[in-house]
Amino acid sequence: MDSSQPIRRAIYRKKFGAVLIAVQIAITLAILSNAITLIAERLTWSSQSTGIDEANIFFAFAENVDVHPELGAELATDLANLRAVPGVVDAYATNAFPLQGGGWSMSVGLVPSQKDGRPQTSYYFGDEHALHTLGLKLIAGRNFSSSEIVDRDANTFPQANGFIVTRALADKLFPRGDGLGKSIYVESDTVSAPIIGIVDRLQGPFVDASGYFGSFVENSILSPFRLLDEYSTFAVRTAPGKLNEVMKAVEKTLGSINGARIITVQSMTEVRKTAYRSDRGLAAILAVVTVTLVAVTSFGMFGLTSYWVAQRRRQIGIRRALGATRRAILRQFQRENLVIAALGAAAGIALSVALNLWLVQHFEMIRIDAVNVAGAAVALILLGQIAVYWPARHAASISPVVALRGAQFRESKR
Amino acid sequence: MFGYYLKLALQNLRRNVWVTVLMILAISAGIGASMTTLALYQAMSGDPISNKSHQLFVVQVDNWGPDNQAGEQNEDHLKEYLSYIDASALMKARAAKHQTLIYTTYLKARSSPGEKPVGAAVPAVYSDFFAMLDAPFKYGRAWSSADDQAGAPVIVLSRKLNDKLFAGANSVGKTLDIGDVPYRVVGVLNDWPLVPRFYDLHVAPFGNVDEMFIPFNRAIEAQAPTVSGTSCKDPRRPGWQALLNSECVWVQLWAEVPATDIAAFRHFVNNYATDQQRAGRFHWPAHTQVRDVMQWLKYRHAVPGQLGILLLASFGFLFVCLMNAMGLMLAKTIGHTQDISVRRALGASRRAIALQSLIETSVVGVVGAGIGLLITILGVSAIRVVLADRYAALAYLDARVVVIEVICAMVATVVAGLYPTWRAAWIEPALQLKVE
Repeated sequence: MDSSQPIRRAIYRKKFGAVLIAVQIAITLAILSNAITLIAERLTWSSQSTGIDEANIFFAFAENVDVHPELGAELATDLANLRAVPGVVDAYATNAFPLQGGGWSMSVGLVPSQKDGRPQTSYYFGDEHALHTLGLKLIAGRNFSSSEIVDRDANTFPQANGFIVTRALADKLFPRGDGLGKSIYVESDTVSAPIIGIVDRLQGPFVDASGYFGSFVENSILSPFRLLDEYSTFAVRTAPGKLNEVMKAVEKTLGSINGARIITVQSMTEVRKTAYRSDRGLAAILAVVTVTLVAVTSFGMFGLTSYWVAQRRRQIGIRRALGATRRAILRQFQRENLVIAALGAAAGIALSVALNLWLVQHFEMIRIDAVNVAGAAVALILLGQIAVYWPARHAASISPVVALRGAQFRESKR
Repeated sequence: MFGYYLKLALQNLRRNVWVTVLMILAISAGIGASMTTLALYQAMSGDPISNKSHQLFVVQVDNWGPDNQAGEQNEDHLKEYLSYIDASALMKARAAKHQTLIYTTYLKARSSPGEKPVGAAVPAVYSDFFAMLDAPFKYGRAWSSADDQAGAPVIVLSRKLNDKLFAGANSVGKTLDIGDVPYRVVGVLNDWPLVPRFYDLHVAPFGNVDEMFIPFNRAIEAQAPTVSGTSCKDPRRPGWQALLNSECVWVQLWAEVPATDIAAFRHFVNNYATDQQRAGRFHWPAHTQVRDVMQWLKYRHAVPGQLGILLLASFGFLFVCLMNAMGLMLAKTIGHTQDISVRRALGASRRAIALQSLIETSVVGVVGAGIGLLITILGVSAIRVVLADRYAALAYLDARVVVIEVICAMVATVVAGLYPTWRAAWIEPALQLKVE
């Protein structure tokens, strides 16, 4: 039998272990970098500002049962009473609000009966109190005046006396920035109304991040209507810190106007939480999986290095006996891991990009960026160094005397 | 002999407790994470009605023409819904064995005056709906086709709503008030694990089953608007009748067609569109589509893309965990080279060494899978909390499926241990003694 066989085999075995670690690092890196990209995107998406004064706003819903008063009069009474509640800064009636989960959307034309190139937009109703209630910043033009407000239901299509649009929509319609005063066609293909004001930002009521509804998040129109419906929605802004007590007071006030109604209230904070629950939930699950994956990979490196140390006790002892310093032994193991991890990371970078391209093609995934990949690669290499530090130190502490005691493959019981 | 090997295996595993613990942790974490996400994925992307999904079809007809770009776009420029004109014409033809029109509205019902009503999204359907979807009735049955035609005020309740309104008693024959109209209860459904609720994907498809169902014509007569959104090509004219006469789309047609008749059914739908073209209503060649349940779910992207990514990540994770365990096992085998070579020198056959090593691996696999199963159960409960009602689908997680999957994962562990076992079996007795 060839006497070099055990040595060859030892190298071969070690190589196999090294390949295992490198492959683990490559796969871990591919998953880690893509997961970071996805989680970051989800968090950015779900923490974007709606543009309204979220902390001090809540919504009240009043649903008629049995008693069906004249809707316009009821709405006027409701609003007058709401605005008189102590602690209420302002209030208005609407058809929808940001992040509600569903609402009205329209497409906007610049000429009569325009077929193509109509941008989509969310379509909100509001009176002259809407801007103040939501805390929106008017960056150009003016607010509605009370004489411009028209009462309507969902099945009638009155002429609007002007629109207030978001900056995003104005820029989309009029890229030269001269949208103020220009006329647009929204609900009607033949009757237009001018843009009278532009607000900085107002997010739509839809929460679907990917796909159709995600494509026009920042496009919104406020139109000078009050919606007459058996189901009324009110937006209420309170003085800072008064939200909870005012919510209770408003619920009571609306209940006392018409006792047969169902009244519910929901704070904007709650609305946001509900809207992004599944976004944030899936991101959290992905984060847990990824963190555990990185931990498992690190422990794997730790375990395997520990074994190599145990296996090479005698060899290390001899090297120590021949004059190698503890530092040199420590460095040897760390350098070994560095080489293996770097090779794994190099393969991992390629795999990250390949995986990302595949995900972009088959799922709703965004492109990975170089910073994420490089950051994840460096992090994994550093983790590798930390993981082997303890076994490497253990190796460095092996006494030169071991060399004299002959082969000891197994660690003695401690 | 097996007992002896097992004893040896346990001894070996105990000798390096922390490595054993690491291996088991790696395997259980891998199995736990991947099985949890697989359970989530299966619950959400599974076939909601596997025995019939290839016989249930939804019909799409292009009534807007190729030039119209308004509203939500599908890849093939077809709309998710039909106009009332097309839906009722196709329904009237009764070309399939069973068929129903569907749209979801919102109604408030109560069992006695003065009570606070219960509001819910209510599918308006034909009585065929229940037979087509194998709806399980606890009490009573679906309404009659005479009720369909007349738009009679009858209603089918979910078990949950019946519990709430009638304390779970047989409420067939009792009435519920919706608005000013008393609706007669004709049936009460049992629990109905239909996930996703493919017949209207706009209303919480992964949530619980609908609580009330009323006849389609009843809802039309009551002028109850859809809650799923009405898309219109042209600005709408006021009034309910104008909506019924418009090209706005908001109604679905589902049909049950046996596999042998599907070609004829497709032909029928296409002919309908061609006739509309001939009549001058459509100014474009017939463009129709007939999709079965799974095709529909795929077409509508019912399963969030993120979930697929999560699943992929979890399986990458399981793979890394198995490689990890394999590396540790291999290292362990090399660590035990001395023992093995001595045993070989004392006459143990390769087969015996391999068997013993395999048993060692299996012990790790079984324990890892067991803990992995526990993690899966914890993980699924955690997901239920995190994702709440929107994924009530998870309530229908099939325990049997999970167990089978865990067993598969266990087998994977043993497979991962094959290479170390093979290496162990090939350790030479003589050479190792020489080194000693």
